[in-house]
Amino acid sequence: MKVLMSGNEAIARGAYEHGVRFAAGYPGTPSTEIMEAYAQYEGVYAEWSPNEKVALEAAIGAAVAGEKAMAVMKHVGVNVAADPLFTASYTGTNRALVLISADDPSMHSSQNEQDNRNYAKFAKVPMLEPSDSQEAKAFIKIAFDLSEQFDTPVMLRTTTRVAHSKSIVTLEEPGVFEDKTAVQTNASKYVMVPGNSRVRRQLVEKRTAALKEFAEKFEENRIEMKSKEVGIITSGMPYNYAKDAFPEYSFLKLGMVYPLPEKLIRKFAGKVKKLYVVEELDPFLEEQIKAMGIEVTGKAILPFSNELDPGIVKNAISGCSSNDIPAAPEVPPRPPNLCPGCPHRGVFYVLGKLGAFLSGDIGCYTLAYMKPLEGLHSTVCMGASVSMAHGMSKALKDKGKGKVVAVIGDSTFVHSGMTPLLNMAYNGSDAVVVICDNSTTAMTGMQEHPATGYTLQGQPAKKLDFVALSKVFGIENVQVVDPYDLKQIRKVMKEELANAGPSVVIAESPCVLFRRANPVIGKPFRVDPDKCNGCKLCLGLNCSPISWRPFAKMAEGTYRKKTKNQEGIAVIDSLYCTGCTLCQQLCKAGAIVEEE
Amino acid sequence: MKNKVTSVYMVGVGGQGIIRASDILCEVIMRSGLDVKKSEVHGMAQRGGSVTSHVRFGKKVYSPLAPKGGVDILVAFERLEVLRYLVYVKPDGRVILSELELYPPAVNLGAAAYPERVAETVRKRVSDVKEVNATRIAVDAGNIKAENTALLGVLSTYLDIDEKIWNEVLQEAFPPKVLEANLKAFAAGRAA
Repeated sequence: MKVLMSGNEAIARGAYEHGVRFAAGYPGTPSTEIMEAYAQYEGVYAEWSPNEKVALEAAIGAAVAGEKAMAVMKHVGVNVAADPLFTASYTGTNRALVLISADDPSMHSSQNEQDNRNYAKFAKVPMLEPSDSQEAKAFIKIAFDLSEQFDTPVMLRTTTRVAHSKSIVTLEEPGVFEDKTAVQTNASKYVMVPGNSRVRRQLVEKRTAALKEFAEKFEENRIEMKSKEVGIITSGMPYNYAKDAFPEYSFLKLGMVYPLPEKLIRKFAGKVKKLYVVEELDPFLEEQIKAMGIEVTGKAILPFSNELDPGIVKNAISGCSSNDIPAAPEVPPRPPNLCPGCPHRGVFYVLGKLGAFLSGDIGCYTLAYMKPLEGLHSTVCMGASVSMAHGMSKALKDKGKGKVVAVIGDSTFVHSGMTPLLNMAYNGSDAVVVICDNSTTAMTGMQEHPATGYTLQGQPAKKLDFVALSKVFGIENVQVVDPYDLKQIRKVMKEELANAGPSVVIAESPCVLFRRANPVIGKPFRVDPDKCNGCKLCLGLNCSPISWRPFAKMAEGTYRKKTKNQEGIAVIDSLYCTGCTLCQQLCKAGAIVEEE
Repeated sequence: MKNKVTSVYMVGVGGQGIIRASDILCEVIMRSGLDVKKSEVHGMAQRGGSVTSHVRFGKKVYSPLAPKGGVDILVAFERLEVLRYLVYVKPDGRVILSELELYPPAVNLGAAAYPERVAETVRKRVSDVKEVNATRIAVDAGNIKAENTALLGVLSTYLDIDEKIWNEVLQEAFPPKVLEANLKAFAAGRAA
């Protein structure tokens, strides 16, 4: 049967068809749908772990116990999981272990653009790279077979355009499941003390040499011979762009990007007059091919940053300029914004006016850094809000009193905020940590985590209590606020900033889009044009249903000025208003009223 | 035979049902026997930001993305968004333009102006521009959210695909509660 599938859905399907029964991951664009799709299949175990390190370690454990196990994350998640990755490369995996890294060229939804092909070389593990959904389904199976055959973790790398593109996939029935799990010990293989590690280290070199030989004959490293003039070496999504731009050229398509098949590359290079490497981000293939002494053109003509497309590849190789296409007129930008009724909005409205440094984190709320909220002054990585606020309070000493705030979401806090909070208690910080608890991982589309009370597969679970946790860590000042009550947030923040020592403030209300958790949704509001005095305070919330209507654009006689200098009125689009009341709380003229 | 790939590019604002519309289009194309690929970006884009979806089809499709200057049909679900992506349309391409205006934050706050005479600007580059009041069609059909289906109806008249396949896929795509409104919106879009 043929169906349309995203790369992510195809990876999940492939794992299911191949008898993979264990998967752990942490949500992150563009990887999230792999776990969500996989969790739906019969007979599998799938979990959202608190973070990627835990996910990979859980998968290592499952593989050592004899399972085929998969760890799933976005590119920056592999940084968090790097510690176990590098040593699991030495121990090997017993059964099979595949780590999926979903990279994000162009940073559509990421804080950096790192090229995780480097991890394969760095950790000395093989890496496969599919170029569409059908290949994604096939390659995940090959990855598991390679892992089992060579006793190594295998990485499967996708990029946003593979993960989130849909193409046609032929479904197959799952194979016969073979249970090989058992309690079995092999301490010299799995206890990485120096004496054992030194032995394993040498085996890693032998394994890499064997994998290089495998790569020479691997059928997904294939030559598509056409023109003898020009040859292109490529892999993953860039293969499609180059094929689209130059169907007449010859191709060496690499299904495995590490280790490389040197003899095959030499053979291909010998068949064409001019050789190019077409790859996104780092010159990963290019540098290795050049190190073989083969002349090749890559980053000399292609960009180091952002994703490619057929036009970019065509222009680079044919030497044309994209300036041939006349530019369209400039239009106002349309950046993403906090949703109408978002429980974060009120918190950041207040925080932005405190005159403090707001050490931020990763989530929807990162959007609050923009004007007019300006409720966030730094975002580096998961959990850094808390640790950075601690470092800042120590560095600033008295200058930092009442001036340092960390802001972090519930899922991010569970991911990487707990250890730094413990550090704040232990080393005596003088900063306030605000946990914006919206009961879900909202940014990636409502995933469960240890503080939601449910698992990925829908089972009720233990629910982490942030107040109790903070107290157990040794934080004495802990308060819970309603994020829809501006006065209360202001009052509590002032109190906690004045308090000595570390404080935790928990702003608790479900994401407005998360129906299961009963978000606060009231009657929509409208602006009474006879009362609005045009003060624009409500516009400071940056709530998309609220807009400004200048008198200059209204027909004479359809408006009435309340003050001499009034230039217009605010308008609320009731269709999108959720009745969160924030604008009503700000309006001194009493002009914001419930829609009849 | 030359492998002719057709590129459709749907552009608009998060929440307008663009990804849903492109899913339906892909399913229709697949059932008509052609190869098809589509691509869009999830995540940040959902929160009221600019959202786009590429759909490309033919005998064999490699890239899910069309290059600038390579789109055959640009479907703009919102009026000013057409300008942001106009650079993608082929000189002999076509544009379907919804008359709906959704103000971006800068316009809402009075810091920027919503562009005027958008259709005129588009026509300077592309002669085949079809303006559609998709909101009116959707409201008349009984569901304001059926704008996307209305625009699919317009798009369907530009593609050589049996109406039966469209109806079959639409029947499967919507729950009974909103199906009738969507079928009506699609038919009205076809007639527009």
